[in-house]
Amino acid sequence: MAHESVGLIFVSTLLANNFVLAMFLGLCPFLGVSGRLGTAFPMGVATTFVMLVASLCAYGLNLLLSYFQLDFLRLISYIVVIASSVQLVEMVLKKYSPALFRALGIYLPLITTNCAVLGVALFQTAREYNFTQSLAFSFGGGAGFTLALVLMASLRERLQLANVPTLVQGTALSLILAGLLSLSFMGFAGLGGGE
Amino acid sequence: MSLPEQADDSITLDTFLEGVWRQNPVFVMVLGMCPTLAVTVSAINALSMGVATTFVLVSSCLLISMIRNLVPKEVRIATYIVIIATFVTLVDYLIQAVSLKLYEALGAFIQLIVVNCIILGRAEAHASKHPPLKSVINALGMGVGFTIGLFALGGTREILGAGNLFGISLFGEHFQPWVVMVLPPGGFFVLGGWLLLFALLRSKPATEGGH
Repeated sequence: MAHESVGLIFVSTLLANNFVLAMFLGLCPFLGVSGRLGTAFPMGVATTFVMLVASLCAYGLNLLLSYFQLDFLRLISYIVVIASSVQLVEMVLKKYSPALFRALGIYLPLITTNCAVLGVALFQTAREYNFTQSLAFSFGGGAGFTLALVLMASLRERLQLANVPTLVQGTALSLILAGLLSLSFMGFAGLGGGE
Repeated sequence: MSLPEQADDSITLDTFLEGVWRQNPVFVMVLGMCPTLAVTVSAINALSMGVATTFVLVSSCLLISMIRNLVPKEVRIATYIVIIATFVTLVDYLIQAVSLKLYEALGAFIQLIVVNCIILGRAEAHASKHPPLKSVINALGMGVGFTIGLFALGGTREILGAGNLFGISLFGEHFQPWVVMVLPPGGFFVLGGWLLLFALLRSKPATEGGH
């Protein structure tokens, strides 16, 4: 697994193994923040940034932990690193873009509990990616998350004009939409080598 | 729903049933979606994931509730998440020791229990404000509710997608498996279907004035 090229990893995490639609990572923000295009895109960018930071730190941490043979501390240290980088993003956003900060609301601190971020760190360890591969993996994952979020938000904006039965409205509708989106992303399967 | 500081400490049946039915984490609150959809390709995977999550939920709620008056308010989330991560590491090693096959089937999703919103949500909303016994009962209810939800999903997907339940063939060999149901889109469709069913069930008593 560990000798895939960087480009291959990027394309396959972006499309064929899209984090949200094929691997079910990061569904909470995917369903929560995808109501409007204006918040979906910044949310995607913020998450991508956190992913990159987390992936870099996880790579360094993993070297350190395996050197000292402290593998059982891996999960705990990863989550602490992620929590701190989310804090960093939160402070930066609050300073430079208060409007966006308010729009993202509760979902910003919730990036900490976004499985996609921890997923990046865990999967790159499990697959024994090297430094550049990890970087490509996390960037592809983040870009894929942003892509899915933006597509979903556009769909949901269009749906506001549609006449939907009251019973179906809400989460059930979003899930069925996500299912259709995921079905279309399956068309990319095999792109980038698959298994 | 914000609970007052001086919350009612009496334990009623509702403490347990809240998580099973009224606030079922899968069907009503739609929390913890990632493990819900990712591991429910078969009934047995779903059931083991539910049990593992319940264990982490109950033990971390017990510990958090016991130290709730010692932890400063500013660092509580960080404390909770470290406690949860500790228990998850425990479960991770436990499953690895008991069944390697199951460990490979669930993969990274065991470790991803850490970021399951249900656990942090319970810790913050309930365990940090109530005495240990009550939190444990409430957490147990939530865990049971989550397991039921996972099982409903996993069972449906296994029956439709493979024609099996717990690996036992149900329909004979002429059944054409509905393969899409065990693939990622099927997860979304089945959960959407269950949510619709629940919305339908709840909309009926509402017109009759039930709760």
